[in-house]
Parts: sequence; C-alpha cells; structure tokens
Amino acid sequence: MTTSNQASRSRLTLGISQTLLTLAALVVLFPFVWMFSSALKPTSEVFSTPPSLVGSEIMWSNFAEAWTYLPFGRFMMNGIIVSGVGTLVVVVSSSMAAYAFSRLRWRGRDGVFLVYLGTLMIPQEVLVVPMFILMRYLGWIDSYLGLIVPWAFTAFGTFLLRQFFLTIPDELEDAARIDGANRWRTFAQIVAPLALPAVGTLAVFTFIGYWNSFLWPLLVVSDVNMATVPLGLNMFLGQTGNQWNLLMAAAAISVIPSAIIVLALQRYLVSGIALSGMGGR
Amino acid sequence: MPAKVQDTSRARTKQNQLRERRAALGFLAPNLLGFLLFTIIPIGASLVLSFFEWPLIGNAIYAGFDNFVRLLTQDPVFWPIVGNTAYFVVGYVALNLAVSLGLALWLTTRIRFRGFYRFVFFLPVVSPMVANAMVWRMMYRREDGIIAQVLESVTGTTGPNWLGDTRWSMLAVILMSLWAGFGYNMIILIAGLEAIPGSIHEAASLDGANWIQRLRNVTLPLLTPSLFFATVMTIISSLQVFAQPFILTGGGPGISTSTIVFYLYQKGFQAYEMGYASAIAWILFLVIMAITLVQFRLQKRWVHYS
Repeated sequence: MTTSNQASRSRLTLGISQTLLTLAALVVLFPFVWMFSSALKPTSEVFSTPPSLVGSEIMWSNFAEAWTYLPFGRFMMNGIIVSGVGTLVVVVSSSMAAYAFSRLRWRGRDGVFLVYLGTLMIPQEVLVVPMFILMRYLGWIDSYLGLIVPWAFTAFGTFLLRQFFLTIPDELEDAARIDGANRWRTFAQIVAPLALPAVGTLAVFTFIGYWNSFLWPLLVVSDVNMATVPLGLNMFLGQTGNQWNLLMAAAAISVIPSAIIVLALQRYLVSGIALSGMGGR
Repeated sequence: MPAKVQDTSRARTKQNQLRERRAALGFLAPNLLGFLLFTIIPIGASLVLSFFEWPLIGNAIYAGFDNFVRLLTQDPVFWPIVGNTAYFVVGYVALNLAVSLGLALWLTTRIRFRGFYRFVFFLPVVSPMVANAMVWRMMYRREDGIIAQVLESVTGTTGPNWLGDTRWSMLAVILMSLWAGFGYNMIILIAGLEAIPGSIHEAASLDGANWIQRLRNVTLPLLTPSLFFATVMTIISSLQVFAQPFILTGGGPGISTSTIVFYLYQKGFQAYEMGYASAIAWILFLVIMAITLVQFRLQKRWVHYS
C-alpha cells in the first residue's frame, strides 16, 4: 500500500519536473521561434498587436529577398572558406607542435612551452590594435589572409592537444620505431589517429570560433564582398533599417548551420567542454 | 674492444639526439613561426604602442605614461565605463552560475529526453552572437516588441523601455547575454556532476540524508572544482563583452551600456588613437590578471580537490 503510494507520488513529481523543464526549454527556444516566425511575416505585420506567431500570409519570399538584398550567399561562402581553411591550419599546425612538445626531447622545450602557456591569459583585445596595423602593413585588409592567419597560431590548440598526446602510451610508438618507422610516420599513422577525439573537438571549436567571430572581421573588412556571416548581418542591420522580417530571415539563415553542428557533433562539443572544462580535476 | 663499443654507441646516441632535435624543429616550425609573428610580436608591439601617442595617419610620438595617466585620471568616460563593465560582470556571472547550476542539477535527475533539453539549452551558445542580439533587439522594442506586449497582457503595462532607458539598458544586455551563454557552463557542470561516483550518493542515502542534505554536503562540495573553473572562465570572458552592447544598444543610451572593449573599439578604430587604445587593452589585461589571481588565492577556502 505505502510502496504503491510512494511510486505514484514519485511518478507525479517526475511528471511535474518534466513539464516544468519542457516549459523552460520552450522559453529558451522562443527567441529562435520568434526569429523564424517574424522572418515569414509580411513587413506590416512584424509588430502587429496582438502579436501572433503566424502572419496573414506565409512569406517564403522573404528568405529569397534577404538572400539577394545583400550578397548573403557570398557571406556564407566567405564564412565557409575562412572557417574551413582556418580550422585546417589550426589543426595541422597545432597537432604538429603538440607532438614536438609532448613526445620529442630537445633542449629548451619546457621553456618554450612556458611562453606558449603564458600567452593563454592574454585577451584578444591586447592583440587587435597591433594586429590591425600589421594587416595594413601587409596589405591584408579586406582579404581572406587577414581574416584567417592572425588567429591560426594561438597557443590554445597546441596546449589542448599536448595534454592529450601525453596520455597516449609510449609503447605503441616505440614498437613502430623499432620496426624502422621515423617520427613523421609514427606521428601520422599512430599518434594522430589515436588523438582523433581531441583533434575533432579542437576542430569543432575552432570552426565555430571563426564562424561566429565578430570583432576582428569588423576591424579588417569593409568591403561587402569579403564579409563573413556575422559581419554581413551587421551590414544588413545598417542598411535595411526597419525591414525586420528580412533581417530575421537573414539571422535565421545564419543560425541553421549552428543548429546542424550542435545536432551532428553534440558528442564532440560535450566531450570538448568537459575536456577543457575539467581542468580543475 | 670494450672502449670501441662504447664509442660507437655513444656516437649513435649523439646521432639520435641530433635527429630528434631536427625532427622537433620540423614539427614545431610552422606553428612557432606563426606564434612569433602573430602572438609574441603583437604583444610586444602593443606594450610599446601604449607608451606612444599615435594617430594612425601621422607620426608616433613617445608619450611615456601619458596614455595611462590620461586614462586613469583625466578621461571623464573611463571610470563610468569600468563601472558599467563591473555591473555587467557581476550581474551576468551571478545569474549565469545560478541558472546553469540549477539546470545542470535538474538535467542529471531521472528525466526523459535529456538529449533534447541539452540541445535546446546549448543552441544559443553556438549560434552567432550577432544573430542572437538582433532578435532580442526586436523583442525588446518599447511598445510593440513581444516582451512589452506579453507584459501588457499579464500586468496591464508594457513595462520598461528596455533599450532606451539608462536605468534598464544594462539589465537588458545582461538578460540577453544570460540567455545566450548559460548553456556552456551548464555542460561543464553536467560533466562535473556525472563524474561524481554514484556510490557516494548511495552511501549518503543509506545514512538517511535527504535530497537537500546530500546536495549541501556531498554534491556541491564535490562539484566545487568545476564550479571554480566555470566562475574563473565566465568572469574572464564577460570582462571582454562587446558584440551584445554593440548590436543591442550601440553602447547607449548615453554611455550606459558602453563596456571596456566597446570603448577600446571606439578609441582605436573610430578615433584611430592607437596608443590610447593599447593602453586600454593593457588595463583590461591587468584587471583580468588581478581578478584571476585573487580567485586562485581564494580557492583554498571553498574548492575541494579529492
């Protein structure tokens, strides 16, 4: 009697808990819902009273118009090029450096690594002023090089991968070296494949970082054809003024790749945050 | 004979060392070169710049500590902006930790569709901040924004002029940032909670500890390393807030939502005072360093490492 009472009570609490959590999720989701809903409304109904989720007409054409109002396809392409190439450079160069820091012995290694570590604390803002001057000097304003290269060699990736490489047992590599493999082969065929989870995590975070970056593109890009997605959205905001339905269509387009990344790579994201977030343990 | 064997083996180890050093150089070269050019040199240049007066077009003039003195003692805007940044950091970090901890605890109870909730709460973290801020700018509009309209239907008044009233503007920036950012810490704390062995909870339950007692005496103490990490990182990142006020309010009304980085942007890239902007950047760095050091000092008092 009491046990069945307890069971039904705990089922009731579970039900209430589940309902409240769903409400919280709906609240958090709402700005995205409102973004898509506004993107599909006619201009005159975006701020209608009383508010409604669906306008008198579903305007799919807003998306087409937003896509061509400013060269949004170009923004997406720029974003993919910058984030893709940037991620590739970061992953390759920092996994190589991490290998040198974790598995090779050479004089001065720990000293150089300490310098890398020291820069982790320095905020991006300290770098942007001289970096901007350097970009002008190199003629990299309004270029892919200017968007990609300055942030492709920061210490974070090297640090993250070094920590992971240190956990791979030496024996695996030693066996291959006795069989005559040199360092480049053991790196490419043994250590790198074993480090794939960490490398994948770094890749996902680097890609998202480049894709969402706003301050730096704002500084080095003024040509509309070189804008990345966030900068393009900002240009949109400056130009459309009050056409919030087009603006929201553009914003909605920019959110879709992020949603796909979270859905497809949630495991990497979660393990990556856990990996870097468990520093204290 | 033995001497000769020793000789060749020593020669071999020496050759090995040499080969290893050469390999290390090869592995390190691309990253180290980029690191020198795009991290070390800019850091040095920034420090040097902060002692110069340099309008981007024109000659740099050595100014000693003038930039810092002007910033800290004469600039009428600087201290209000430091105050705004402090307001943002305190409000944002406190709310962020409360919400992310609450949801992390909630999502590690026996509940269904965990993956779905995690997806929803994490989505704003990865979607572009500019897009996030834009939709909130629309939602915050005074009379006809959705927040004002919902408030009106519930309370009878449209509520404050979120982005247009200096008393509310920073709170509006904080709430928007909270929505966009809490999911990150939530994931960190979930990972921390899942790393606590279930046997500890069982032992506490067997000893008759109820839910609140277990939370206070078992779960939270064991979670303090994760909480410490989340706090440190969130404070560092919130000291650098920029995109949210830039898109939502443009730093206004007045200067009510101007933050340190926003001011750096204005001085460096609208007024082109490169030396002055560098001085602002180094002040920011010193603030970040000081706060982080203090936190590491204080961690002994509340962080439990097993």
